[in-house]
Amino acid sequence: MMDSERAIKWFLRGYVVCLFVFVFLPIIASMVFSFNSQRFPTVPLGTFTWHWYETIWQDPDVWDAIKTSIIVSSCTSVLATFIGFCTAYTDYRYSFRFKGAFLALALLPPTIPLIIMALAMLAWFARIGASGEIWSVIIAHTVLTAPFAMAVIRLRLNQIDPNLESAAWNLGASEWTAMREIILPFAKPAIVSALCLTAAVSFDEFAVAWFVSGLNKTVPVIILEIVTGNIDPQVNAIGTFVFITSMTLVIIAQILIMTREKKDAPA
Amino acid sequence: MSDPLVVFENVVKRFGEFVAVEKMNLDIQQGEFLALMGPSGCGKTTTLRMLAGLEQPSEGEIRLAGQVMNDVKPHERDTPLVWQSLALFPFLNARENVEFGLKMRGLDAASRKAKALNWLDRLGLADFAERPVDQLSGGQRQRVALARALVTEPQILLLDEPLSALDAHLVIRMQGELTKLQRELGITFVYVTHSQSEAFAMADRVVIMGDGVIAQTGAAREIYRAPANRFVAEFVGRNNILAGKVTSQVKTAATIETPAGKFKVNIPKARSFSRGDRLSFAISADLVHLSDKNPRGDNVVPCTLISEEFVGSVITLFLESADGTEFKAQIQERELADIDLKSGSTLYLSWPAASAHVLED
Repeated sequence: MMDSERAIKWFLRGYVVCLFVFVFLPIIASMVFSFNSQRFPTVPLGTFTWHWYETIWQDPDVWDAIKTSIIVSSCTSVLATFIGFCTAYTDYRYSFRFKGAFLALALLPPTIPLIIMALAMLAWFARIGASGEIWSVIIAHTVLTAPFAMAVIRLRLNQIDPNLESAAWNLGASEWTAMREIILPFAKPAIVSALCLTAAVSFDEFAVAWFVSGLNKTVPVIILEIVTGNIDPQVNAIGTFVFITSMTLVIIAQILIMTREKKDAPA
Repeated sequence: MSDPLVVFENVVKRFGEFVAVEKMNLDIQQGEFLALMGPSGCGKTTTLRMLAGLEQPSEGEIRLAGQVMNDVKPHERDTPLVWQSLALFPFLNARENVEFGLKMRGLDAASRKAKALNWLDRLGLADFAERPVDQLSGGQRQRVALARALVTEPQILLLDEPLSALDAHLVIRMQGELTKLQRELGITFVYVTHSQSEAFAMADRVVIMGDGVIAQTGAAREIYRAPANRFVAEFVGRNNILAGKVTSQVKTAATIETPAGKFKVNIPKARSFSRGDRLSFAISADLVHLSDKNPRGDNVVPCTLISEEFVGSVITLFLESADGTEFKAQIQERELADIDLKSGSTLYLSWPAASAHVLED
């Protein structure tokens, strides 16, 4: 009895370790090679170098891409979080016919295969004469990420005492004041984490950006251009930079979600 | 008597097809402690929410201090509510919660703080003012909710089952404090509850509601001793309810034939019955006498014991007569020493005719 339990325990631990190795080994390898002096990713490694970081640092195309990515992801995160909050609040506050259908529609975009979404966006933007603009990428990314923002904020609003808003009205707060004084402060951790999450998704997103961005290339698009046709360790350097940026955003989002759960637990 | 503070005039509230409140007419006096009591879904909370403006009447008129309130928004009235869930703002501390209503009225920070601290102090929470509300006990949170509602010095305070989340011993204490507070402030309290003990312990006047209709209005003892109808008799206290046909009537004394036997009742002056009319009556479980010997005379039912409920000095016995009618008897524990319950022999319930109270339907 004890032996089989122990065996299962070790098996599960091993399984988890394997899983993490499988997921993170390529990323770690890429990070290691980004500091490797040799041109080709082979072992044994050469010497430690900042060379690849220096070359991308001096590459104006990369700088443009980073600038574009920052503009796109910050605008996207603000827009998507705003739309996500409005949708989540609608769900919290009102009940109406076809609400199930409304929610399903609101959550739909991430379930559409990216390539189809990207093609559809491109076709549509081309028709209205808006393809290749920086704001067309922003619109496309907002559509794609708003459901994530909604899901995170909705989770938070579901924890609210349903009488809290009415209580504020009862004490003399108008609907807007109650929104500002009660709902927004309550949802604040979720709003910040939705901002981080949507920014991270937008920053990483390749397929839609590649189709829609035109000359306003984002970082993932420039990475593809660099790797197309040659092996260039610069990619490892950019990849490391992208990985650290989006992980930071996701971790901030996760910490915010976890601390608020801990705080709410005893109440 | 001065004008009532609150008037409900033919108020109807529908949710789609469902009628939550049906043609309600009710006056609430200045300085009165009124309890709205009834089983869940009887419309008591809807009535309170209409008073706070959180629901709008489908028909009829609600007036507060003479002013028609139907279309006045919740934040434009001064009808603070103490919520069943308390609905304290979780990201504010106790003092900030209490200050909220004053802040909404545009008071400056210093006077807000002074007033809030004054109220917290009055309710014994002076040391907890800066505590986050999730670090307060149930009773303390309750007081914060009270202070938050009272800090704006309203004419009327609405309470929606505010004690239902508290431990039994705290409930008794809070009942005492609420009654005292209401006397001191002299303002109107409208208290919604399903608990008879809470309503009877505190209220000057109790309104019993069932299925959206007011079943009876009166002082607690009046309702307890003279329930108007079967609904009230079943909802309030432990009543034995019997129904049957009038077989004879001599002046006010009538004989009723029920499945459990023939019983004598006194007909109230305002009522008149003829032979064959159906009539129901209630005998409070604490007014019946129990014996293991047949006392002979009127109003005696032979019964067998089904079960008993022991809560201390009082024991409730559940009995059944030969035809299957259930009876309840509340007996002092010491009285039971003289009665043989164990052997399973027949027990005799009896009551004087004056203890039987004739119901309206």
